[in-house]
Amino acid sequence: MATTDTAPPSADGTPTSPADGRPSVLVVDDRPRALSTRTLDDSASLVGSALGALALVWLVYSQILGWDGVLGFLILWYLAMLGLYAGVTALANPRTVVIDRLAMAWVYAGAIVVGFALATTLVYTLWQGVEALRHWNFYRHDMAGVGPIDPLTQGGVLHAMVGSFIEVGIAVVIALPLGIGTAVYITEVPGRGGRWVRTVVEAMTALPDILAGLFIYVTLIIGLGVQRSGFAAAMALTVMMTPIIARSAEVQLRVVPGGLREAGLALGASQWRTVRNVVLPTAKAGLATALILGVARAVGETAPVLITSGASTFLNANPFQNPMNSLPLFILFAVRSGQPIDIARGFGAAAILLVLVLVLFVMTRFLARDRVGKR
Amino acid sequence: MTLAPALAPTPAVEPDDDQPRDIDPGLSPADRLFQHSARAIGLTVLAIFGSIGIFLGYQAIPTFRHYGWSFFTENEWQPQLDKLGISAVILGTVEVALIAIVVSFPLALLTALFISEYSPARLKSGLVSLVDLMAAVPSIVYGLWAFFLLQPRAIYVSRWLNQHLGFLPIFKVDADPNAAAWQQSSYTSSAFIAGLAVSMMTIPLAAAVMRSVFAQAPLGEREAAFALGATRWGMIRSVVIPFSQGGIIGGSMLALGRALGETIAVLLIISPAFDLKIRMLEVGTITTSSLIAGLFGDATSAQLSALLTAGFVLFCMTLAVNTFAAVFVNRSRSGTATEI
Repeated sequence: MATTDTAPPSADGTPTSPADGRPSVLVVDDRPRALSTRTLDDSASLVGSALGALALVWLVYSQILGWDGVLGFLILWYLAMLGLYAGVTALANPRTVVIDRLAMAWVYAGAIVVGFALATTLVYTLWQGVEALRHWNFYRHDMAGVGPIDPLTQGGVLHAMVGSFIEVGIAVVIALPLGIGTAVYITEVPGRGGRWVRTVVEAMTALPDILAGLFIYVTLIIGLGVQRSGFAAAMALTVMMTPIIARSAEVQLRVVPGGLREAGLALGASQWRTVRNVVLPTAKAGLATALILGVARAVGETAPVLITSGASTFLNANPFQNPMNSLPLFILFAVRSGQPIDIARGFGAAAILLVLVLVLFVMTRFLARDRVGKR
Repeated sequence: MTLAPALAPTPAVEPDDDQPRDIDPGLSPADRLFQHSARAIGLTVLAIFGSIGIFLGYQAIPTFRHYGWSFFTENEWQPQLDKLGISAVILGTVEVALIAIVVSFPLALLTALFISEYSPARLKSGLVSLVDLMAAVPSIVYGLWAFFLLQPRAIYVSRWLNQHLGFLPIFKVDADPNAAAWQQSSYTSSAFIAGLAVSMMTIPLAAAVMRSVFAQAPLGEREAAFALGATRWGMIRSVVIPFSQGGIIGGSMLALGRALGETIAVLLIISPAFDLKIRMLEVGTITTSSLIAGLFGDATSAQLSALLTAGFVLFCMTLAVNTFAAVFVNRSRSGTATEI
């Protein structure tokens, strides 16, 4: 395709060399036209207005008006750049092009601001966490007998990591079958009940996370006299996670092509066989993604845990007795203590939590890629 | 089906067997069991979560009966004086959520537009997962970020707004902005900064919905716009945006529902204050979920009931917002099932 401009025969196979007497303009250039081209004018006017605006704003902002503050400088720089860019573009282009370029400048700026905010969040948390993460005892000790102002060489977050693991583990064991069972009921079983269940599940995804905790606090802890413990926290996380898993699993089951179901049934399989061997395996990667996203959400959830688990300073692997700490809760209390060393511990725990979420997240990406590859 | 043997031109058919097969033979026992167990799980979930809603509503009755309408009009929260109400709490909740939406709506819209219309094709899937990642970052991490990194810088913006737009009631702060040593503490822990922190959580939510709707804008109409000589922005304005209006509104409403219920980042940033005020840049405000998180610990049963009532009101708000959002998002999406 791309070589037609050098090869003499044109599309219809007749020779088109000038010696032939036919004009060479008839050579059919088969290359696809580049949809987004950037001329020298485009790049030069953008770079030029950025530099011009920088110089202008520097002069006016800090030299003449004597203002300070990086944020204000950046905002004014951007606005001045927009103005110059519009002016320069208007010199040689119609109004439509000016508007198009300004819109592009806005869109890029918005995306850059969001990307910058995300990048600073990740980098800042990890960077601040390094101070605590450098010490081995941070991973291997709990905080029993360690005060907020004791150095970082004492104490650690082992109890919080174990607590998070147990609480989220219990919550997953309960929420996963309930969530996927509900999704199967909504999508596979005919009847009116499914619509009711779906409405309630959708409504419950709107339940603010703190209310999930308060509900368990009032019913289990006050009402039934269960201790504030890891189990109560796991129940609160279950209440929060089940609708999320059910809803995203339902979406995943709904996009399983109906033709596959019909094919399974037409081959004589029972409905149970079809669901078990056709529908669920087809949606496997999507269901795993739903689960992992639910886990990522639950492991970072602070509000329900704050109300239900209590915060221990010691390692407690029994979810039914005594308070149990978890990573988000540890972060909250460490940061609120106001002691610089404890804040450093909080950031260390936040970095661990963030890395955990990142790992879970990368796992979903691999699962999603797997699914695309199979098709 | 049957390979007719050549030797038997007329197959022997017993006339007795010539009955039509039952078109709907009903379910096999295994399938009946399957459907019943699936229904049992579904109805269990329905019962559990329905009872949560009913429980919250039921708990609210004694509080409503005790305080009457003053529960909605009183702004103080002083249970020891038997004087409490949620007007300041609701005002603060709505204020923080609205700030979050005002900040996150343009940013989410621009980000979604960038990913779906401007970014190079090979970067697109990576950018989509970055937005998902942003949604997966725990809210306490955003709280730390906003408290330690953003707040010391954002108070300069607050002061600037107070200096130049202070005549508007929402930008007013009870401090002299032009003083030589300006009172930084008057600008910290405000609804504005809490709203900025919450916006970090609502941006990915809204952007993901908007992007998925933009991606569904019909290709034919896009190409038609280009063929008519439209610039890229012209195409977006005349094809993509009109097509996705429902998704844009619905995504923002979903984000609003999330912003109303956000707890920990807000709890970390604000300092509680029960005044009825709309001065968003000034120190002190309160939201429903941070009220619950702050007070549940030493609450008596009557106070717990009052907290649950506040939570119930919050739940009704998020439920209404999410329902609206679902209506809008569903309107701009097609089909409930995928066929091959």
